[in-house]
Amino acid sequence: MKPAPFTYHRAVSLEDAVAQLDNADMIVRPLAGGQSLVPMLNLRLAPLDKLVDLGRIDALRRGEDQGDRIRYGALLSHAAFEDRRVPDGSNGLMPFVGSQIAYRAVRTRGTIGGAISLADPAADWLTTVVALDAEIALIGPRGRRSVKAADFVTGPYMTALDHAELVEAIVVPRRPKDERWGHYKATRKIGEYGESMAVALFDKESGRGRVVVGAVDGAPLVLAKTAAELGKGFDSVRLSGVIQSELVASGRGFSPAKLHLHRNVALRAIRNAGLP
Amino acid sequence: MKVDVNLTVNGKTRTVAVEPRQSLADLLREKLRLTATHLGCEHGVCGACTILLDGQPARACIALAVTLDGAEVRTVEGLQGDPLMETIKSAFHEKHGLQCGFCTPGMLVSSWDLINRKPQLDERDIRVAMSGNLCRCTGYQGIVRSIKAAADKWAETSGAEAKAGR
Repeated sequence: MKPAPFTYHRAVSLEDAVAQLDNADMIVRPLAGGQSLVPMLNLRLAPLDKLVDLGRIDALRRGEDQGDRIRYGALLSHAAFEDRRVPDGSNGLMPFVGSQIAYRAVRTRGTIGGAISLADPAADWLTTVVALDAEIALIGPRGRRSVKAADFVTGPYMTALDHAELVEAIVVPRRPKDERWGHYKATRKIGEYGESMAVALFDKESGRGRVVVGAVDGAPLVLAKTAAELGKGFDSVRLSGVIQSELVASGRGFSPAKLHLHRNVALRAIRNAGLP
Repeated sequence: MKVDVNLTVNGKTRTVAVEPRQSLADLLREKLRLTATHLGCEHGVCGACTILLDGQPARACIALAVTLDGAEVRTVEGLQGDPLMETIKSAFHEKHGLQCGFCTPGMLVSSWDLINRKPQLDERDIRVAMSGNLCRCTGYQGIVRSIKAAADKWAETSGAEAKAGR
């Protein structure tokens, strides 16, 4: 349970980090909070020649309220959201999700940018930022660009990140003031990765809703047809049918047990949003 | 190649040369001989190595020492004499909060942080908050009882005054 030897570089700026990562001759990985990477190094699952530590780049630890959106630096910890040390524009959804990840001793170190970059299908932030329609700000050797969260995740542990590219920030649009949210996560044990999770959003004013299911063996699934039904009120039989047909139509080949699990988790998230 | 790292460990400033792959837990145990920090799973699951890093609980087994230049580390040894820690320790003694004791250092640090952050705790809060610390002996009943007793005592006695002064 000890990592194999590697060399270490403490990045002094984003540009320095990108320059270090842009190396075709060796395996270089960026280190954010290390709560997934270091266990993988300990288990020798992740090969590595050089570690680039992003921890001293202060710009990555800022949360900035920009009015109609909030920009979260990639290195903000889950605990920073849980403790509301950063602005919130999600009516409390992001602080709640932050408080639900793993355990306190992990939340103090693990970061939102690290979680999204790894793109574990069961990562809480992945489903959440897709539900909130966030943009992921990236920086790489060819400069900066921005990708919609739903396009950023391309599969299990697969993202739109290019060679030597880093997540710089997560930009979340401020949600309507009266929008309601519901969240549900199915886990065998508190703090473990969820076997299924879902976020439901519904704004009575505009009639717009959004339902996203995560831990689905790939990118989170956006259930658009289900979301369009939310305005008709909470009818569990009707909604179950719509969710089920949308999950089947996704082509992920869910087993009957998984179908049952994801359907009920989505339904519970919708119920928790307190539909009229 | 070793890298020099400056750390404050239990109030004492230290400069240590570490290999990049060395965990904080191994540094504490093997180099600084602070063996109260226990290693169970060594991949961040069991919580036995929980310490305070800049005042916040963290897993020492998945914190690379090389990244911690300038950090302040506190282990169970460094919390000796701390009024809240002493309250927790006597509660663990009185309510049978341990059997073999291997998980206990992590339990103590996690509950110290928990009671510091949330003075009012019911059994469910304790079970949720302590879910990241595994015990293979007690079945948790004694641990939960101990933390509840410590939290109640802390809330009613010295805790109230100490917190007001903080």
